[in-house]
Formats: sequence, C-alpha cells, structure tokens
Amino acid sequence: MSQTLDQLPEGQAATILDVEGDDAVAVRLLEMGLTDGESIRSLGAAPLGDPLEFEVRGYRLSLRIVEARRVRIRS
Amino acid sequence: MPLTVAIIGNPNTGKSTLFNALTGLQARVGNFPGVTVEKKIGRIKGTADPIDLVDLPGTYSLSPRSLDEMVSVNVLLGRQADVGKVDAVVCILDASNLERNFYLACQVLDLGLPTVIVLNMFDVATTRGAKIDIAALSKKLGVQVVATSAHRKEGLDALKAAIAAAVPNGPGPRPHPFPETFYAECHQLASKLAELGRSDAPSFLVERALLDVGGYLETEWLAGSDIAEPWKSALVESRARLKEAGCRVPAVEAKARYAWAKQTLSDVATAPAARAETLSDRMDRVLTHRFAGLLIFVVLMIVVFQAIFSWAEPLMGLCESGQSAVSSFVASLLSPGTLRSLLTDGVVAGVGGVLVFLPQIGMLFFFIALLEDCGYLARAAFLMDKVMSKFGLNGKSFVPLMTSHACAIPGIMATRVIEDRKARLATILVAPLMSCSARLPVYTLFISLFVPDEPLMGMRGARQGLTLFAMYALGIVAAALVAAVLRKTIFHGETPPFVMELPAYKWPSPWIVVSRVWDRMMAFVARAGTLIFAAAIVVWAGSFFPGDHSQEFEKQRFIEQAEATQADSLKHRTMLEESLGKLNERMASHPPATESERDEFQEKLATIEGGLAVLNAELKPLDDARVEVNHLRASSVEQSFLGRLGHLIEPVVKPLGWDWKIGVGTLLSFPARELVVTNLGIIYGLGQDVDESNQQLWSTIREATWPDGRPVYGVPVALSIMVFFSLCAQCAATLMTIRRETNSWRWPLVTFTYMTLLAYFAALVTYQVAIRL
Ligand SMILES: Nc1nc2c(ncn2[C@@H]2O[C@H](COP(=O)(O)OP(=O)(O)OP(=O)(O)O)[C@@H](O)[C@H]2O)c(=O)[nH]1
Ligand SMILES: [Mg+2]
Repeated sequence: MSQTLDQLPEGQAATILDVEGDDAVAVRLLEMGLTDGESIRSLGAAPLGDPLEFEVRGYRLSLRIVEARRVRIRS
Repeated sequence: MPLTVAIIGNPNTGKSTLFNALTGLQARVGNFPGVTVEKKIGRIKGTADPIDLVDLPGTYSLSPRSLDEMVSVNVLLGRQADVGKVDAVVCILDASNLERNFYLACQVLDLGLPTVIVLNMFDVATTRGAKIDIAALSKKLGVQVVATSAHRKEGLDALKAAIAAAVPNGPGPRPHPFPETFYAECHQLASKLAELGRSDAPSFLVERALLDVGGYLETEWLAGSDIAEPWKSALVESRARLKEAGCRVPAVEAKARYAWAKQTLSDVATAPAARAETLSDRMDRVLTHRFAGLLIFVVLMIVVFQAIFSWAEPLMGLCESGQSAVSSFVASLLSPGTLRSLLTDGVVAGVGGVLVFLPQIGMLFFFIALLEDCGYLARAAFLMDKVMSKFGLNGKSFVPLMTSHACAIPGIMATRVIEDRKARLATILVAPLMSCSARLPVYTLFISLFVPDEPLMGMRGARQGLTLFAMYALGIVAAALVAAVLRKTIFHGETPPFVMELPAYKWPSPWIVVSRVWDRMMAFVARAGTLIFAAAIVVWAGSFFPGDHSQEFEKQRFIEQAEATQADSLKHRTMLEESLGKLNERMASHPPATESERDEFQEKLATIEGGLAVLNAELKPLDDARVEVNHLRASSVEQSFLGRLGHLIEPVVKPLGWDWKIGVGTLLSFPARELVVTNLGIIYGLGQDVDESNQQLWSTIREATWPDGRPVYGVPVALSIMVFFSLCAQCAATLMTIRRETNSWRWPLVTFTYMTLLAYFAALVTYQVAIRL
C-alpha cells in the first residue's frame, strides 16, 4: 500500500518509493538521501506538531509536513 | 608559488577546526568579490613547500543553485580569479555518518582533481562501534584516506603528509556512478557546446548542467549571449531522452551516487548493526518533548537573560573601579584645564563607559557559543519552525535571529544558511530589531535607575529581570510582525522549505567556546578603541566649545586643594555619616523599649550630629564650590554647540517625553547606539568626580529637571527611551554589513528608514500611554 511520508506513524519504518517534482525542494530531499528503495523511520513531531523528525541512512533529518507529503512510501 | 588546497565538506564536519589546527589561526579572512561567501585563506604550518589552504562554506552538494553556491564550484574548478588554480582538494567527511557524507565525496571525486579524503570525527565513529578499514577504502577509491579527530589534533601529521603527496600523486580515478546512457548524453551536449563556440567547458560542468533542472548553469551561465536559447533547449531534449531511458533527472543523481556510496562502503566500513540508543537520543526525547521540551526552552532563554543581568555585575564593578583608577591617575598628573577635561571627560569616561559592558557581552556570547556547539541551537530551530513559518520565515532563521541578540552583524552573516532568497532577505531586514548586546548598556542603565529593586514573589531583582525580558520580547514581536508584513508585500512568495539535519548532542568544546567569546569581545574592544574613541572626542568637543571654562577650572582647582588640605575632615565626616546611618537603622529595627535606652540613643545622636555640624561648617566652602561647579558645567553645556543643536530638535523629541539632552545624546548615537551612555555622561558633565563616576552619572540623571523644576526622568520616559533604542537602527556597522551581504544600497536604506520610523512612533505611543496610567 502506498502513502506519503507525513502519514508514517511514530516509531515505524517504511521504504521510500520516490520524491515528487524536480524543484529545489525535491532536489534537496534527494541530496539528503531520500532515494527510492531506502528505508526511513519516523521519530515523531516537534512539540508544536510540525516539523517532523526522521531517521534515514543513520542520521536524523527534520522535514515539514508539506515537504514530507512529497515523499511516497510503502510500509 | 605556494600550492593552493581547498577544504570542502558537509556543514558541521569540522572543516574550520581542521583549518585552524593546520594553519595555526593565521587566516586571512575576507569575502569573495560580488557574492556573500566568506573567503578564508591560511598557510599550513610545518610543511617543506608552502601550501595555502582555502576554507569553503559547508555544503551538502556541489550543485549550484545560486551565485553564492557557484563560488565553491568555481574555486574548485580554478575559475575563481582571486584564488587561482586549485591544486588539490581536501574533502572532509564525518566518519560517524559516512553514507550521507559520501554523496558529496562522490561529486568531489568527479571533479578530477588530486583529492585527500579525511574521515574526521573518527573518535565519535569509534565510540559508536563503527569499524572502518582505512587502507582498503583508500585502495578502492584510488586516493589517500586519512582518519582524524580534529578537536584533539589527532591525525594532523598524517593529513599534512597526505596533502603534500596529493599533488605529485595526481588525481584518482573518477567514480563513474551513472549509467552509460547518461554519459552518452553528456558527450553529445559537450559536442553541442563546442559547436556553439564554447569548447572550454569542463565535463564536470556539462554533467552538472544536465543534472540541475533550472540551476545556475542552465539559466544564468550563458544568459545574455545568443547561444543561451539553443543551450537550454538542448538540455531539455537531453533530459527528455534520459527520462525515456528510465533515468529521470534530478532523481538519477541521488540514486546513482548513493548506490555508489553503498557499494564503496559495503565491505570496508561496518556501521553498528542496530543503531544503539545513544545518550543523545534519550536527551532528545526530553528536549523535544511536547511539554518538557517547550518548558525547558523557555526556562533556558529566561535563565540566559537573568544571568546576563545579575552574574555579570561583580565583573562590571571591577571594570568601573578600573576606569576610576585610570581617571584619577590622569587627574593627579594634570591640573584642571582643557587637556585634562579632554582626557578624563572625553576619552576615559567615553571609552570606559562602554567597556564596562564587556563582561555582559562576554557572558552572552558564552551562552550562544555553548548552545550552538552542544547542538541545541539546531533543536531550537526544530522547536521554533512552526512559529517562524507563521511569519513566512523558517526554523533556520531562528539561529541568525538568536545570534542577533548578541550582535546583528554575525546574525546577518549567519543568514547564509537560508537557501530561499526572499526568506533570507526578510531575515536580514528584521535581524537588527533583535536586542543586541549594544542595547544592554541602555537597558541596564535605565532599568537599574528606574525599575524598583523590590522583591517580586520573593525574588530580588525579579522586576528588573522581567523588564529586561520584556525589552527583548518587544524586539522579537516587532521582528515577527515586520517579517510577516514583508513576506506579504515586497517578499511575496511561498514559505521556504525546511530540510535540516539534527546533529547529535555533544559536550561543547571549551576551546571553541572560549575562542568564539574571545573573538567577539576583541571585536567589541576594537570598536570601543576606534569608533567610540573618535565619537567620544567629537561629543566632548561639542559639549565643551564654545564656552568660557576659566571660572569652572578656578573652582575645580580650589576644590582639589581643599580636598587635599581637608582630607582628614572629609574622612571624618564620611565616618560620622555612616555611623549616623547605622544608628538610625538600628533604631528602626530595634526601637528602644525602656526610658534609659531611649536616653542613651538620644545622647549618641546628639554627639554625632554635633560633630557633623562642626565639620559641615568647616567644609562649607568646599561643598558650595562643588555645587557651583556643577551649575557652571551644566550651563556651559547648554551654551555649547551640542546644547544649541539639542534645543533645535527639542520640539521633535518632546512628545516622547525627552528633553534636549536626551534628544542630542540619542541623535549622536546613530553611528553606534551604545554611545548614548557616553554621550549622556558627557552632556551631564560627569566623569570628573573620579571617585564615583558612575554613581554620579546615575544620581545626576535621576535628579535632572525641566526648566520649571519638574523631574525629566521617570518610569514613562525611561520606557520611551528603552523602546526607542530597542527598535531603532542605530548601528552604522550593521547597515554596512547588510550592504555587503545583499550587494546593494537599497536594503540598508530600507532597514534604516523603517526602523527609525517604527522606533519613533513606538516610543511616542509608549510615553503617551505610560503617563496616562
Ligand atoms: N568529537 C569530535 N568533534 C569534532 C571533531 N572535529 C570537530 N569537532 C567539533 O565539531 C563542531 C563543528 O566544527 P566546525 O569546525 O565548526 O565545523 P565546520 O565544518 O567548519 O562547520 P561549518 O562551517 O558550519 O560548515 C565543533 O564543535 C568541533 O569542536 C572531531 O574530530 N571529533
Ligand atoms: Mg566552518
């Protein structure tokens, strides 16, 4: 089943399918290692609900919900 | 000719630490012409042949999206004229986060330059249980690989040797991470370019042009020439063909390079199987917790402000006594006259009055350096992003704005981390609204004068601390509103993205913290020594001339003689006054119960008062002379150039509750706002009573009156002054920095105009409301 990264529940892992678009945001996400086939885990949200925190390729990455929505995943 | 070696790496991997360790802090720091990128060049110590090292800004990738990012690429390709040809690259990677760091390494190796790969933070990687086979990695990559722990200066000799050997060794093999179809397209594009008359483009640039959709190389590189259009369409066609072949640009680059990274690291580096939960993770759970995290954040900020206000006080006392000592020393050498007035009232009082705040500035930079170095500032950005995005900024604006509380100049320079141009400009324009350390003198002076020290909820100084906090809050609220307005008007556009790495917490490095605090304090001293020194002399001259001071000097000479001959009586009087005070205090706390006790008290009182009466009579000429000197001084200031200027602008500042002295003091502090303390000191004719210069400044200000006898100062005036100083653009250096960072005079002008108007009207409202309460 495919969904977007912002829907990934805290503590769960999923596999990245792809990043939508070819603008600066998409490129930055790709450069940070969000490529297809890579696994990613949600570490929860900031106290005010946004941005979100993830673990990918062994480091911690923070993204806003709108940005995470552009990453399709398969859980 | 020395060799030139460039340092490149992800942000926060220890580039500057390595640079400093290798060059021994003897760097030449400047700017690359035309852009906002800082240029730092230093010579490596202890190598046979001279080698110059260039520190480049941290970056995750070499794909230039702006002119600024293009600088790093141009330096590496030897196309940046003011650096010249780069002979080798040192690529610094974080050994504890190799895979992500290898993305940039792959791009760097693709440049085809002699390269040294540095695995820094090797200590962290080892503690986390990672095993890296350096020799095997080096063999696989075909370039030298060196492990270092820069903050402990470990591995530096091996690194120096590797750098020296890199040039003779020549470049290593290129990684070749892309599928063949991609290289075929690049080949075709290169021949197309040659056809169009540009055969000089290195293959790296051609690859980049193809990969970066809408990037600098596509849109601006050839802009203006007649080959721009054919070049663009060639790129578009190439990308379409690549998409057909299953290599969608831009995704193909990340996919290919990360696959290469995984494959390269596969049998030479083993990360710990499951990422064990580190102390950092557990700390993070508390520090970014929904309630605890926010609470800790707020408490931390309050503690910092409280500490600056109360902990720095003993040190400030020391500075004051130092200033008094210098002043009395000068006074003891010269008799009253113009030269002595220049030295004690102008130079010592002016420069010293500002230097007194050095402890507070040191303290503030200490906290900022500490929070930054331990990794908390990144969390602060994470915590604050939602709030910042409401005003069209992003979490990354938080660090520059937080830094601006120390000084807007480093803050404005720190906006370089914000990629979005509009968000960056908006951040630059509101950064000077943050209460920087130069406002502290003003706040400190007026708060300690007019905000009562009575305990609030059992805490002494709580009222003063809260007022200080309110002044800081005012700057923040104003900045938020202005940013929101800017983002809706001149910087209209989408909210910028927030993609940020959250580094692991670590113990702050004392050396880094100390050196940052030292740097900032020295910069402040240098400012006090130059700008403030010059301004102090100008203000002194403006308040001294024109005027006849012979009478004043006459009196002053008399006072000093009398003070010398009647020193014993003066001392005696001070003693008696002290015992009188003590006696009254005891009376208040333990009222006499019996008749005999009361008599005893009356008797003591009579003795002391009798003694005082005799002494007062004896010292009367001296006391009268002191009062007279103050009158003479006040009237000569009023007739001076400054006094006339002040009366001229009085109508403008009167609605703020200010008299001409405040008006002139403020006007003259537009070059640097902390000058106002100096200016007021000089205008009120202080700094000559060397024993207690500051005590005197404070009480004189409190006692100042309008011509009709009403006191000038009170809480409303103090508030209106503080509000004005909190919002006004009184810093030439900041405006110059904005000019440099934005490369145009337009933005400093906009900043100056809007801030000055905002300050005036906010002070007006504050005063008019406060007097009606
Ligand atoms: N544990 C450990 N810490 C290090 C090492 N090298 C540097 N650091 C720390 O890492 C932090 C960042 O170092 P910098 O030299 O400022 O990093 P940088 O790469 O110049 O950062 P940017 O200029 O922001 O890109 C500092 O707190 C250093 O003390 C190391 O080998 N081990
Ligand atoms: Mg650096």
